Amino acid sequence: MVALLVACVFFSLNNEQFLSGGNFSLIIQQVMVVGTLAIGQTLIILTAGIDLSNGAIMAFGGIVMAKLAADGVVPPLVAIALGLLVCAGFGAVNGLLVTAIPLPPFIVTLGMLNVVFALTHIFSGDQTVVNLPAPLTALGGTFAIGDTMVTYGSLLTILLFLIFAYLLSQTAWGRHVYALGNSPEVARLTGIRTGRLTVGVYTVAGLVYGIAALLLVSRTGVGDPQAGQTDNLDSITAVVLGGTSLFGGRGLVVGTLLGALIVGVFRNGLQLMGVPSIYQTLITGVLVILAVTVDQLSRRRIS
Amino acid sequence: MTEPPAVPVMQARGLVKRYGHVTALDGADFDLMPGEVLAVIGDNGAGKTSLIKALTGAVQPDEGEILLGGEPIRFRDPLDARRRGIETVYQDLAVAASLDIASNMFLGREIRRPGPLGTIFRMLDHKRMREESARHMAELKIGLRSLTQPVESLSGGQRQGVAVARAVAWAQHVVVMDEPTAALGVKESGQVLDMIRRVRDRGLPVILISHNMPHVFEIADRIHVQRLGRRVAQLKPGDHEMAEVVAIMTGALRVDASDETVVADQGAARAIGLS
Ligand SMILES: Nc1ncnc2c1ncn2[C@@H]1O[C@H](COP(=O)(O)OP(=O)(O)O)[C@@H](O)[C@H]1O
Ligand SMILES: [Mg+2]
Repeated sequence: MVALLVACVFFSLNNEQFLSGGNFSLIIQQVMVVGTLAIGQTLIILTAGIDLSNGAIMAFGGIVMAKLAADGVVPPLVAIALGLLVCAGFGAVNGLLVTAIPLPPFIVTLGMLNVVFALTHIFSGDQTVVNLPAPLTALGGTFAIGDTMVTYGSLLTILLFLIFAYLLSQTAWGRHVYALGNSPEVARLTGIRTGRLTVGVYTVAGLVYGIAALLLVSRTGVGDPQAGQTDNLDSITAVVLGGTSLFGGRGLVVGTLLGALIVGVFRNGLQLMGVPSIYQTLITGVLVILAVTVDQLSRRRIS
Repeated sequence: MTEPPAVPVMQARGLVKRYGHVTALDGADFDLMPGEVLAVIGDNGAGKTSLIKALTGAVQPDEGEILLGGEPIRFRDPLDARRRGIETVYQDLAVAASLDIASNMFLGREIRRPGPLGTIFRMLDHKRMREESARHMAELKIGLRSLTQPVESLSGGQRQGVAVARAVAWAQHVVVMDEPTAALGVKESGQVLDMIRRVRDRGLPVILISHNMPHVFEIADRIHVQRLGRRVAQLKPGDHEMAEVVAIMTGALRVDASDETVVADQGAARAIGLS
């Protein structure tokens, strides 16, 4: 939070364009896809897991939606639904492997990353899918707030953050996710069906990746098999910068929104200052290490 | 006139639990009578925790049977046992650290808001859960400043108090506590013992696992001595010296199974100053 404010003040002092409504709208559009992926990532990290496969799952979902719709195999809305379903399915498989065997989430999702990446290229024949029917790009449409144009997609992203903030803080399911992240054994002994809960979390995360896929397709207007290759790490960055502990059980989805915005603001601000993209990446990396350090030190203070 | 023999609340016969090569339970029997405080004592590794885990659905015994009110029963998981009114404070595994006291008290049995907020939007009634938690904590005389702080910010004793209060608040049938005072100071231990008395006054039986002989002698109606995965004796604290019970626990004295008399394992008994 403090970091975000400091960054905003710094960049607005450097460039008056930074504070304009149009620029903020642009930042949100830029972080919308990674931000949405980071919602799913937050859920999984809260259970003390991690998901390396979310960018790949999103790319595959996007290709499924785009290709089915563009080829006219099914009506566009059905294509979207199938894309969402496929993503939720991959999430469920991750969750089942993590619970049933059980395997470490890192390994499961690393494997899934490669499987889904390959499937994306096989299924798309390495071709970008173009000429998408209107429903697939509808979220890219805009409406005006004052004289700032906002996309429906940005609105959907914000809405998702609100929904998951609600689910985590106001429902029993949310309490159980935190308890699971604190200690699976305590959660189990308290009577929480931890296996079912874990599979549920990974499946819901998969569904959210599907929504991210739709946002991506609507923003770029194409189905791109190369999409999202660094988004897994970017989403982890957003989660960690947002103050969620990689050890599980501690964190807020609102923090993740701030984390995603911090990354967006830094990249955008540095861009406006004319800093080359590779240095932006470097600075983001330093930010992550700082954030994890703070997490570690504060944990040590508690225990 | 003779009273009809009371039906044990809970029984187990010949429980066996193996972890790989380790046999944690080796044909253990168990009996809990209505309204009693039953202390389960035994050396480290005697299988006390394994016994109560098997009795409360936390692990599945490999062999043997469990009876509840005389009827055979199998608990699939801890939730199953909780639904039967059996509440357990597990050793070292009591609370979810980052959740607040009220969330812990109601973990797994949360109360939702009345009306569509609760039924459709599944919204929790935080206020009511906090009020009821406060009431339970007050009943057990656990003083806490705030119910909204995460339990990881509490002292060990307060944290254990939350776990005990939760078990006591929900139990309909049996309360089980695995070494509830192990990490506590004198004053806090005394509070837990008071809670156990209050539970007994409500007519509920309590299974108390403890290493602390003075505590056991202070509060238990009966003592179950566990050794090498089996019950080796059932005693009344009034009938035996503390040193004698310790000797049975460590194997220095044996109890003759047929007539329940204590037999000295001469050398060992002499070594600890008995006989
Ligand atoms: N989950 C487990 N995995 C392997 N061994 C275990 C496990 N739980 C208990 N044991 C072993 O079973 C034996 C009995 O343990 P336990 O029931 O915890 O005894 P107590 O509570 O009396 O100290 C010990 O030798 C212990 O090491
Ligand atoms: Mg034990």
